[in-house]
Amino acid sequence: MFSGHEPAGFLPLALLDTLVAALMAQGYECQGPAVENGAIVMRELAETDVLPRGLQAEQAPGHYRLTQDPLNRYFAWANGPQAIKPQVFAPKESMWRVERDEAGALQFAAVLPEMPKQAIIGVRACDLAALALQDAHFLRDGRRDAHYAQRREQLFLVAVQCAVPASTCFCASTGDGPTPTTGYDISLAELAEGFVVVASSGKGEAVLSALNLLPATSQQIDAAQQQGQAAAASQTRSLPSRNLLEALMSQLEHPRWDEVAARCLACGNCTAVCPTCFCHAEGDEPSLDGHSSEHGRIWDSCFSESHGHLHGFNVRPDIRSRYRQWLIHKLATWHEQYGRSGCIGCGRCIAWCPVGIDLTEEVSALTASEAQL
Amino acid sequence: MTVENGMDAGPPHAATVVSRTQESPTIFTLQLRLDDAAAQAAYRFAPGQFNMLYLFGVGEVPISIMSDPGDRIGIGHTIRAAGRVTRGLAELQPGDPVGLRGPFGRGWPLQEMGGNDIVLVTGGLGCAPVVSVVHYILKRRDRFGKLVIIQGVKHAEDLIWREQYDHWASMPDTQVLVAATEGAALWPWHVGRVTDLFALARFNPKRAAAMMCGPEGMMRTAAESLLQRGVPESRLFLSMERNMQCAVGRCGHCQLGGSFVCRDGPVYSWGQVKDLLVHRGF
Repeated sequence: MFSGHEPAGFLPLALLDTLVAALMAQGYECQGPAVENGAIVMRELAETDVLPRGLQAEQAPGHYRLTQDPLNRYFAWANGPQAIKPQVFAPKESMWRVERDEAGALQFAAVLPEMPKQAIIGVRACDLAALALQDAHFLRDGRRDAHYAQRREQLFLVAVQCAVPASTCFCASTGDGPTPTTGYDISLAELAEGFVVVASSGKGEAVLSALNLLPATSQQIDAAQQQGQAAAASQTRSLPSRNLLEALMSQLEHPRWDEVAARCLACGNCTAVCPTCFCHAEGDEPSLDGHSSEHGRIWDSCFSESHGHLHGFNVRPDIRSRYRQWLIHKLATWHEQYGRSGCIGCGRCIAWCPVGIDLTEEVSALTASEAQL
Repeated sequence: MTVENGMDAGPPHAATVVSRTQESPTIFTLQLRLDDAAAQAAYRFAPGQFNMLYLFGVGEVPISIMSDPGDRIGIGHTIRAAGRVTRGLAELQPGDPVGLRGPFGRGWPLQEMGGNDIVLVTGGLGCAPVVSVVHYILKRRDRFGKLVIIQGVKHAEDLIWREQYDHWASMPDTQVLVAATEGAALWPWHVGRVTDLFALARFNPKRAAAMMCGPEGMMRTAAESLLQRGVPESRLFLSMERNMQCAVGRCGHCQLGGSFVCRDGPVYSWGQVKDLLVHRGF
């Protein structure tokens, strides 16, 4: 993006609402950033809504506060507690229902979500990387998850470049940000006077053509590129960029697992905010009249007691084994399943951990002895 | 291995209980038929695969298929009444409706292991995935060498299909070795650990394959013993058990290292899982 090879337009700050209007005019229901309970969330926009301006998301282990952006930008907040996972992999949804007729026979029927065309404004590079991993899981090898696919196909993604990463961000080290490079329909880079805009899909071009944008100048494109490089350079946390599969699999009995288990509450916040975690529990909700039942799924966490439950024993009875399962899967065995790490560097597991456990610090500790060898 | 995973993510297919057999105070067998005659006729599986059985209003459980793939009467499931769904399934009678989807996972590599002596090792309460192998081999006796069935149970009363073990022992080239940690009156077999029996097993390690199912500790001990006897690691297989809810590799509960037991298992070769089995928690 902003490479100078693709035609980039320029959208003056004052005309940001025309982008929203163009999306709505083309039939998209629009979601954009809003402040709720002191954090940035994605909410459906009404035509008259104005996007929040002048907010930064200050983050640290176990810490998230919205603060003032001295430059009064629209997208200076790095991220909120959720990426766009809830829009494609619903936190709770019905999958099929069954009716029992008077003779006792069962009639099963799939339940599919009704999805309008939906545009999401303010998607980050890390969110796009996470979405690609969710696609790999839910749509792999042509085995489409019908519910996920139904939502995914309706999405129009308006990405934004991250100019102000939080202290918890490390997307530069995972190779996933801070500038969106793929997976979006439209991408914006916010400069002082307006946005450098590129489209990377036919849908994106159709929306941009309705805006009659002036071409971006080479100075504006250079400024966007430099802004991305500066944002990457400002990140203080990192994960080793190499494949950690062997390094971590050789440390399965490292004393650090006991140490982190003593701090971890097994609350599951990290898995709830992680945009690549896909575990879900399935269950039935029978109707009170006994004639029908709905079978659905709900986000689950490998930190829950029930996750490893089998009759007679629990595969992961203690927090040590649950934290290890999460980290080993995310950073090691994910490579075997999906050809890359399951971490895209958004730092949400660090900010939203109530005791401030820092994934990057745990990895350093776990691989330190290995590095000395 | 033999059969690739079908894609049957749900909803289940309507099925009916054809027959019900009480095998022990808590273990029972349900023969099921899919209500759609064409689907029933087209249903194919490999021993070692499993189905998801659905009890109306309660939920689904993964259950191994214990009948023979050539059996067109029904699809057999031997179940222990242990949890919410299985206790409900235990109440079903012939004619009652259930849901069924499957088969799922990879079964035993029976075609690839043809020509070998087959050593079956099971522990715990009657292990359906392995019983399906016994049925398979006895119906196709000329394709395999010796058959050794090694079964361990905790209490003598836990052994189901006692008559079948006698019957199997009477078949040509078939050896049955049973052990109970706690014996009982008229218990004709060994009292002690199942692993005590390995020394008595008669097979040719150079052309033998072993298939194991049961508690992981038992399988580890059995694998060590078989490897010591000279059975190559590449012909040692085991069926793994993990929490399974979706059966199509999505819900995440059954992950074993980089694999999903529901899709990449439940049957694994020893080499695939040996490194993880020594660590509790995977």
